[in-house]
Amino acid sequence: MEFIELKNIEKNFYVNKQERQILKGINLSIKENEFLTLLGPSGSGKTTTLRIIGGFETASKGQVFFNGLDIGKTPPHKRAINTVFQNYALFPHMNVYDNVAYGLKIKKFSKSAIKDRVEKTLSLVNLSGFDKRSVKSLSGGQQQRIAIARALINEPKVLLLDEPLGALDLKLRKEMQIELKNMQKNLGITFIYVTHDQEEALTMSDQIAVMNDGEILQKGTSENIYNEPKNAFIASFIGTSNIITGTMERDRKVTFLKTDFECVDPMPGSVVQIVVRPEDIEIEQTPRDRNSLKGEVIEVIFFGVNYEMKVKTGDFIWKIHSTKSYERGQFVYLFMATEALHVMEMERSL
Amino acid sequence: MRKTKFSEANNSLSIGLKSKKIAIPYLIWILIFTILPIFLLMQYAFTNNQGNFTFANIERFFNPLYLGIMWHSIRMATMATVICFFLGYPIAYILSQKAYKDKTILLFLFVVPMWMNFLVRTYAWLFILGFNGVLNNILRFFGFEPIRLLFTDGAVLLGLVYTFLPFMIFPIYSSLQKIDERIIEAARDLGSNRLQLFFRIIFPLSLPGIASALTMVFMPAVATFLISNILGGGQYFLIGNLIEQQFLTVGNRHFGSALALIMFALIILCNVIFSYLSKEEKE
Repeated sequence: MEFIELKNIEKNFYVNKQERQILKGINLSIKENEFLTLLGPSGSGKTTTLRIIGGFETASKGQVFFNGLDIGKTPPHKRAINTVFQNYALFPHMNVYDNVAYGLKIKKFSKSAIKDRVEKTLSLVNLSGFDKRSVKSLSGGQQQRIAIARALINEPKVLLLDEPLGALDLKLRKEMQIELKNMQKNLGITFIYVTHDQEEALTMSDQIAVMNDGEILQKGTSENIYNEPKNAFIASFIGTSNIITGTMERDRKVTFLKTDFECVDPMPGSVVQIVVRPEDIEIEQTPRDRNSLKGEVIEVIFFGVNYEMKVKTGDFIWKIHSTKSYERGQFVYLFMATEALHVMEMERSL
Repeated sequence: MRKTKFSEANNSLSIGLKSKKIAIPYLIWILIFTILPIFLLMQYAFTNNQGNFTFANIERFFNPLYLGIMWHSIRMATMATVICFFLGYPIAYILSQKAYKDKTILLFLFVVPMWMNFLVRTYAWLFILGFNGVLNNILRFFGFEPIRLLFTDGAVLLGLVYTFLPFMIFPIYSSLQKIDERIIEAARDLGSNRLQLFFRIIFPLSLPGIASALTMVFMPAVATFLISNILGGGQYFLIGNLIEQQFLTVGNRHFGSALALIMFALIILCNVIFSYLSKEEKE
């Protein structure tokens, strides 16, 4: 039995009196203590999926199971699930203490028990001593921590997070990513996290479900999604990629830019798309006997850790990340190992 | 370079002057219709017929008869405000709900009576409440004795509530509408049922609206003289009627001005109290 399971979830909304399908049959299972990220561009349906799990929306079709029980009709306040909202949604008329204590007050805990737990939770989010502060006097990062504390104090089985770090600056966001991940591990709570930031998803998640246009396109571990993207959309959405169209007439042999390459994939179709990660291409001064391509360096940008170079072969421009740099105008050979080539079926929509 | 900078500074200075110039007609308006009348009022209030300075007009007010009228006015206005609140808050709350958010027609229906002439609306009650009015005719039809409805405290109260109810609904409605949907969802998420959600979140967040609604109903209600005159009859006295009488019937501008000034002070006091209430909530 799965911990949380979504079965064939569909959701229709009326936008300007026209029915639009936001979710087109979502199937998703989440294990206990897992950090699952719903990753996708805006409008992909990831927030709607989260809201259905939280109970703020009801699915038009399909079921939501929690520990094997259908919770489709359970209101939010009766679910063992808490949410951290996108804009924090702190109660503006209460101070920090009352915000964090809210859930326990509702559940009629004793004053001393509430005081104890608030103190513990505030120290968990590194905001001890902020009790009497007004929430409006806090910075974005602090408000975020209060929102997390307010949810965690209820000891939920599942925490839903809707782009919780979206409003923070880059440095703070990186810190919070690590903090959140540690919290999740230490507390043993299932996190369902919504973001459009692929880097955030890759660093934090146990499992990533990539969504687009109301569907889950691929679900897997970070490594899995990054290394084996199922289609060109995922490849281009997760990290930077070189995506090129080619043909495949035999198993493990693909042809693009008039050159044959050895690859690991069996034959998926005659016209295919090949994805190559920029860091998987090696630049060399001499050609190899296989999987090698000649090109001209047209741009070199220094990024600190490495260089990003653009190399032109025929009409195609390759993006390459490398620690070695080459001169603009120089002719080089690009070597792509057999495992570096990810061959995918041609997507009709792309 | 320097020259451009100088001309820029010059330019902004002239814009500043221009915006001040724009305000001048309004300043004149305020001077003529707000400041000047207050000074005239004060001048009359603190002088006698001979034009000599005196506190006599103010002192005269502290007579049980006039204090009684003042007390009656405050009581009626308070009752009207309380009734308006208990009628108006639920209406404002229902109208602010998601299901009605697009249905501006309902809100519109509450506004429509405000567009009709206030006197006409108030006179209409005469025909409903009168001895031979609609209500008593219905009573007669069912074989009951007609009862005196008009020219009572009840009739005046009804007039006050009827007239000022929209002023209660709108400020509360707008403060309820401003509450972020996510805050309500967060409260539900943290386990609140409908009652807890209302008393712990929605009501406290609507307090600024309540404060301004109370002000907007109480202040005109305490000062009214037309409603009490029409629905209370010629002998019905609220502080507004007393002032009207001093100016129009008795012709004692000095005492009338003193009363108006006291009234004015009372209104300012209320305003300060209510605005303090709403400010405290905002902190």
